[in-house]
Amino acid sequence: MRHILSLLMENETGALSRVAGLFSARAYNIESLTVAPTEDPTVSRMTLVTSGSDEVIEQITKHLNKLVDVIKVIDLNESRHIERELMLIKLQARGENREEIKRLVDIFRGRIIDVTENTYTIEMTGAGDKLDAFISALEDGVILEVVRSGVSGIARGDKAIQ
Amino acid sequence: MSKTKEVLRGAEIFVRALKDEGIKHLFGYPGGAVLHIYDALYKQDDVEHILVRHEQGATHAADAYARATGKPGVVLVTSGPGATNCVTGIATAYMDSSPLVVFTGQVPTHLIGNDAFQEVDAVGVTRPCVKHNFLVKHVEDLASTIKKAFYVATTGRPGPVVVDIPKDITADSCEYEYPEHVDMRSYKPVLKGHTGQIKRAADLIATARRPMIYSGGGAILANADKELTVFTRHLGFPITNTLMGLGAYPGTDKQFVGMLGMHGTYEANMAMHQCDVLIAIGARFDDRVTGDLEQFCPSAKIIHIDVDPSSISKNIPVDVPIVGDVKHVLSELIALLENRKDLPTEKDLKPWWNQIKEWQGINCLAYDRNSEIIKPQFVIEKLYELTRGDAYVTSDVGQHQMWAAQYYKFDKPRRWINSGGLGTMGFGLPAAMGVKKAFPDETVVCITGDASIVMCLQELSTCLQYGISFTVINLNNRYMGMVRQWQEFFYESRYSHSYMEALPDFVKLAESYGHIGLRIEKSADVESALKEALQEKEKVVFIDFITDKTENVYPMIAAGKGHHEMHLSPNRELA
Ligand SMILES: Cc1ncc(C[n+]2csc(CCOP(=O)(O)OP(=O)(O)O)c2C)c(N)n1
Ligand SMILES: [Mg+2]
Repeated sequence: MRHILSLLMENETGALSRVAGLFSARAYNIESLTVAPTEDPTVSRMTLVTSGSDEVIEQITKHLNKLVDVIKVIDLNESRHIERELMLIKLQARGENREEIKRLVDIFRGRIIDVTENTYTIEMTGAGDKLDAFISALEDGVILEVVRSGVSGIARGDKAIQ
Repeated sequence: MSKTKEVLRGAEIFVRALKDEGIKHLFGYPGGAVLHIYDALYKQDDVEHILVRHEQGATHAADAYARATGKPGVVLVTSGPGATNCVTGIATAYMDSSPLVVFTGQVPTHLIGNDAFQEVDAVGVTRPCVKHNFLVKHVEDLASTIKKAFYVATTGRPGPVVVDIPKDITADSCEYEYPEHVDMRSYKPVLKGHTGQIKRAADLIATARRPMIYSGGGAILANADKELTVFTRHLGFPITNTLMGLGAYPGTDKQFVGMLGMHGTYEANMAMHQCDVLIAIGARFDDRVTGDLEQFCPSAKIIHIDVDPSSISKNIPVDVPIVGDVKHVLSELIALLENRKDLPTEKDLKPWWNQIKEWQGINCLAYDRNSEIIKPQFVIEKLYELTRGDAYVTSDVGQHQMWAAQYYKFDKPRRWINSGGLGTMGFGLPAAMGVKKAFPDETVVCITGDASIVMCLQELSTCLQYGISFTVINLNNRYMGMVRQWQEFFYESRYSHSYMEALPDFVKLAESYGHIGLRIEKSADVESALKEALQEKEKVVFIDFITDKTENVYPMIAAGKGHHEMHLSPNRELA
């Protein structure tokens, strides 16, 4: 099953490579990984999407906790949560296609953030499957470039990870 | 009024910090990046530096020093090749959870990333085989990083820590203060076990009729041998130890059924296979121990006590996991059990013990004691008798290692020092050197093989320089015996590259290093040679025992088979 793990870790050089190294050394897979400092510049927050059986996820969580740079690990799947991903996508937009794409972007609540004679660049956020849906709604061959941030996640409600 | 602190250079801080940490010995090898440190070492005599002949030797010596004493072992090497030569030793310490602290020199900060002379990314290279590592970026961080390194290496599940120190840091100066305590928000090892879980364990123990205690290296690392012994005796249960756990429970005790696993005793493995409650203590269900996971302890409920949560339910799902320091958890468990009236009685356990005695009757460790050609097992048994089981025994990797584990009965912890996890040939000799440095008055013996011994042989020079003496028992079968055994069993005796052609004359070799060499070719001469060697106080005595080259290690569970599927020795009737 797909899990979203949230990590707080020391904002140290090398901390990221410890996490990445753990996944490759133990043959766990990473679907996506995002990391940036928090409001406290000494702490980084990482959101990591992985998949595996319950046993595998348990081992991943234990090994992450064991890393000396990791302060806290939360499996967001254990409670209600929100996930968002940012996508920047550049599309071929000529002639009648231009209108069609604009309509689609509106439906998916994206924004056109750069325009040339032949292209649109679009910004869109949402859960990963919404971004996937947008991509598959596009006509074949119009995509010039896709940049996705990977998932960021946060728990719903009053609960806060600190 | 605050006392003004001394201003010291990084190199001096390094030496002072070691002193303040209580470090007495440092195994090392100099080079450009650590020359400031070597200069600082020259000017003091609080910390004794032992100059090895190869950095791998330094890591094994320091690792063994740590295993024997329970205190951290310390290594200092230069950047680049100095650091990479340590990797095998660091990985060895990592796999066996040994508290090793390795200081590597690094090129000056402004040259890092520049492919500078003797630059290697030591933090990157060692990352997968350390508990943690640090790169020191400012001289102000040096003392506190050293403190953290020792703290991380020695607490929780111990392990190696690397501290990479760029050369300019050792030249820079700052005020020196060695922190008394460390508090790391991201590292908080658990000591106490969960009370509810400990209670559940006691409940399960009370139901056992075919119980088995399986303890590993963790019991030794936690210094829990006393608790383990009290616990086991109180219950009257059979106990087996892993290769890493030998000595945590007295090897001569009647409740001890021998080592388990691939080369474990028949009775230990059969008891594992048929037990109804398994109590795993500081052990990690390694594949050499479990064999086929599908067939592992098929009818047992399992209790597992371990300080490392990631070792629990890693290979085998357990019923009662208890995360905590083995010593703490066992003390609590003992206190609970002492008040219980419903524990299995001697009568309850009688049928189980009778079954175990029947298995013991198979005599799985029998061999031809009357052979004129030296049997390797015979040498170990004689050594055991002559040292009354009280020597520190280091070993290399191969058949000789397994025979040492099977035939030398360890009654005390920290006496049996071998590379169980990584299986590093070359470990034995530098390990003996490290142990002897820690305990100059104790008997130290290195049991090795003709292939392993040459992998770190150069340390004989170090031994000569520092007057470090011990006995080397070379069980010379002219083969990579363990490889040959697998080839005999699984590759129709095609001995591909396992034959040791062109072996050196080990006697002359020992002599050329300034030590004593003996060659023994008949069983009748084994005892006198060992006696002579054990009396030597100044030099290494290297005994080259020409042993039966066809001997195999039994019992054996082939990789991936179940505990009940053992190959037994064809020589059993010779008992
Ligand atoms: C560094 C290293 N290389 C290879 C091996 C694989 N290996 C395991 S045992 C063995 C043979 C050891 O031969 P020897 O030291 O003569 O011991 P014996 O088995 O003959 O007692 C080898 C090559 C290893 N364990 N370590
Ligand atoms: Mg050999």
